[in-house]
Amino acid sequence: MERVPVLKIGDFLLVSIQVDMEDQIALQLQEDLSARIVETGVHGVIIDITALDIVDSFVGRMLSTIAAISKVLDAETVVVGMRPAVAITLVELGLSLNGIRTALNVERGMELLARAREDELFLDLGDDDSAETDSDGAAVRS
Amino acid sequence: MALSTEASSRLAAQLDEHQDKISELWVRQVAATLRGRLSQGELDRQIRELFRALRETLAAGTTQLQGDGGEVRALLTELSRARALQGFTSTETAISIFAVKEAFATATDVFNAESQAMGDYISFGSFIDELGLFTFATYAQAREEVIADQAEQLLELATPVVKLWDGVVAVPLVGTLDSARAQVVMERLLQTLVDTGSPYAIIDITGVPAVDTQVAQHVLKTVVAARLMGAECIISGIRPQIAQTIVALGIEFGDIATKATLADALRHALRRSGNSDLVRRGAARREH
Repeated sequence: MERVPVLKIGDFLLVSIQVDMEDQIALQLQEDLSARIVETGVHGVIIDITALDIVDSFVGRMLSTIAAISKVLDAETVVVGMRPAVAITLVELGLSLNGIRTALNVERGMELLARAREDELFLDLGDDDSAETDSDGAAVRS
Repeated sequence: MALSTEASSRLAAQLDEHQDKISELWVRQVAATLRGRLSQGELDRQIRELFRALRETLAAGTTQLQGDGGEVRALLTELSRARALQGFTSTETAISIFAVKEAFATATDVFNAESQAMGDYISFGSFIDELGLFTFATYAQAREEVIADQAEQLLELATPVVKLWDGVVAVPLVGTLDSARAQVVMERLLQTLVDTGSPYAIIDITGVPAVDTQVAQHVLKTVVAARLMGAECIISGIRPQIAQTIVALGIEFGDIATKATLADALRHALRRSGNSDLVRRGAARREH
């Protein structure tokens, strides 16, 4: 049976979907992914759908399920590389990927996850670090 | 070789004599070429009117379409326009007229009555008609291709996607936004987002004369599609009247950022792409 590989890159897991999703493959992926999240202790999952020409309600639901499972295991999910044609079709069909973060490409996805993670860490540590980031923000504004 | 006055009155007499047969044959032949895409009644009416006008014109001794042939010309104009709008080809339209020749020849029995050369010449004439029709059809098709190309170029000209900053692209929309254009704008914008990897897009509607629910719908769709791909859209260039219209129409932009000017939108995008995003959210959560 075909299987979707789950790769660990730095602090993230990368899932690149290259095959047509079917029930069995989707279930296997959910199992593999949840096992890997626990095993590696990562806090971010990137799902790359660059290779998908069609995203229907089945794939949409699968993505939502994966995001929900990861969330329970304390990992943020971001879907990257959605093609323009796919996005247009989803909008025309009125399907929206509720509760799923998206980014243009893997790199942006990693940035997004890193930023979200940092954000959480700041919260944990209290507001000691806020001065540094404030100055960053000011630099951009000026 | 123009018709002489005597010839035209002789023809008018012939038309009179074989009136029913000619118009019946004419209608039948046109109906065969149109293959039932026009109702029999309508076709009947058109052909009979045309026949009457033709007969009267010939009887009056007019041999030219210009000048006194006014009624025939008006009828032909009406018929040609109607056929074009109904989607018939130029050949099918022209055959409606040419068909009268064969109907006339059959009805008046020229094939048998006159010499063999005459019959040959008539057949030759219809063969040449076919060649002429083919040339014209090809010509019209080539013209249509040129027009379609130009329309496409115009569409592309009218919807540039420009890069404003690292990671920020903008589409200045100018002119009326119909469905076809909105589709092109959406596709080009989304493709540019992918190509440049820009997470921010500004849709500037300064040049859009009026915003109705349809235009708003197109813009909203684009924003949602961009969001699905992981990019954020900002709508800018909303003029005071347009803001009032938007509110009056009850159009909801939801949590989509809207700015009055392109400069504001760019500032917003730059601020968001910097670390201040993190600061702001962090601060907001801390307050809770």
